Amino acid sequence: MLWPHMSDSNLKAVSAARWRMAILLTTTMMVVYFGFILLVAFNKPLLGRPFVGGLSIGMLLGVLVIVAAWVLTWVYVRWANTHYDASLRGLRS
Amino acid sequence: MTSAIGEPNVTAIAFFGLFIVLSLGITVWASRRTRTADHFYAAGRSVTAFQNGLALAGDYMSAASFLGIAGLVALSGFDGLIYSIGFLVGWPIVMFLIAEPLRNLGRYTFADVVATRLRQTPIRIAAAIGALAVIAFYLIAQMVGAGNLIRLLFGLPYEAAVVIVGVVMLAYVLFGGMIATTWVQIVKAVLLLGGATLLAGLVLSRFNFNPLALFAQASATYGPSVLAPGRQVTDPIDAISLGLALMLGTAGLPHILMRFYTVPDAKTARTSVGYATAVIGFFYLLTFILGFGAMVIVGREAITKVDAGGNMAAPLLAEAVGGTPFLGFIAAVAFATILAVVAGLTLSGAATLSHDLWVNVIRGAHASEREQFLVARVATIVLAIISIVLGITFKGQNVAYMVGLAFAIAASANFPALVLSIFWKRLTTAGAQASMITGTVSTLALIYFSPTIQLDILKHAEAWFPLRNPGIVTIPLSFVVAIGVSLLKPVEAEERRFAELERQLHLGVD
Repeated sequence: MLWPHMSDSNLKAVSAARWRMAILLTTTMMVVYFGFILLVAFNKPLLGRPFVGGLSIGMLLGVLVIVAAWVLTWVYVRWANTHYDASLRGLRS
Repeated sequence: MTSAIGEPNVTAIAFFGLFIVLSLGITVWASRRTRTADHFYAAGRSVTAFQNGLALAGDYMSAASFLGIAGLVALSGFDGLIYSIGFLVGWPIVMFLIAEPLRNLGRYTFADVVATRLRQTPIRIAAAIGALAVIAFYLIAQMVGAGNLIRLLFGLPYEAAVVIVGVVMLAYVLFGGMIATTWVQIVKAVLLLGGATLLAGLVLSRFNFNPLALFAQASATYGPSVLAPGRQVTDPIDAISLGLALMLGTAGLPHILMRFYTVPDAKTARTSVGYATAVIGFFYLLTFILGFGAMVIVGREAITKVDAGGNMAAPLLAEAVGGTPFLGFIAAVAFATILAVVAGLTLSGAATLSHDLWVNVIRGAHASEREQFLVARVATIVLAIISIVLGITFKGQNVAYMVGLAFAIAASANFPALVLSIFWKRLTTAGAQASMITGTVSTLALIYFSPTIQLDILKHAEAWFPLRNPGIVTIPLSFVVAIGVSLLKPVEAEERRFAELERQLHLGVD
């Protein structure tokens, strides 16, 4: 390899970006999920209140946690397919 | 309402027979393609992203989540949903932190990753203890569940059901290895998703395809409290502790982690988790409909009359909306579900015994292809016998807590060491080893002193440890032990190898 140090610092940058994304998304998922659990644990009356007929606020938030898991997963796949994969191609060549 | 549950059911036996014939056909086909250890453990790394997504979902959606959660929702409403949600939120974590690094760093087991830049023997032994503990408790829960369910559904004796599950599963794994196990998971996932979707559709057709009308009816019949958090969540700390174990435990289940080695590269692993998350989320949304549907259409009294735990809610619902033939179909799907999950667990246990312990510890990584393959198959037979014996030994015992225990061990023993080995360059052999052993031992000890064992099972007056789920103590403890031990006695050579690991983690081996 002609410039091993340069390649090393490039890898470091790609690695740092990958982990920033991972930590950001992991933290978001945890905040959403444990926010929901804390409401279940500490504010049962709020979650029991009807949002519309047949749907309590608790059930709505529960569905939204599942939707949040989907959205965050999709965000990661989109990011990785475009940015991360492109950086890896750059490192390989 | 009289139910055909528990009587030998012609459609159930026909559908189940069909599944067995199909899955054994797959096994015969797979056995011709299973010639090396790479085929046996990792399906020749030729599984596509969509196939692996379905197989991951198949491995993960156990009978506990299909029958157990539907029953829980039917009997306690909203509280059951907490489990549905908890079982899904681990998947994004698998995606963000684990899937791609695992694929690039390991070959067959998660211990490969932890051991990448550390000393093989101590890491492999400690990881094997954690992995085998998870697999053992998960297996016991599945085998006992299989015996009870099949007795309830088909009227077969408990022991016969356990032996049938053990023998059929042995055939899949022994002859067809990962190729057969993957395809059995895919067929099972499609059947389970199809069956649950059809059942939910039949339920909703009675409510103008409006789920809210169904929930409103549940609330009108059993009071608005069914749509609100209730008695299941009494202790906030316990609720958070359970949530932690479910979320982080998913990323430490050996049979799930092993699936990432069956795909050709990290990008495929990534895409497959995307499919798995979509499919599993959809399935858990269906459990909302199935649970409330059973509550309204079958009725709580009729459900508890058949099984006090509510496990028969979904089959009873199938009978109510689709008659005996549909009951038979759903019963067969439940049986297939158990078989597939047990096969996945056994294969990952065999990989731990043969790849981690025999090949890498006892033989010092010098074993011929022929020997590796042979040892893997011997380990499979041993595990099948053990699982049948455990299933019969635990007959009639309360094993519902064991799935939670398996998740707690996975989250405390496997997850911290795995994540730190990928992320943290100063992790040492001693740190990882101490963390994995602490995670396993502390979880087992705290479960033993918890109200679950002390009050419910041993009928003692009080429990020394107040929580039913130890995760909130044991997961941070494992992290602290790993970090503390590593910092106390740094190993420079191991830290230096992190640069190499980092390159392989992102770029793979080629």
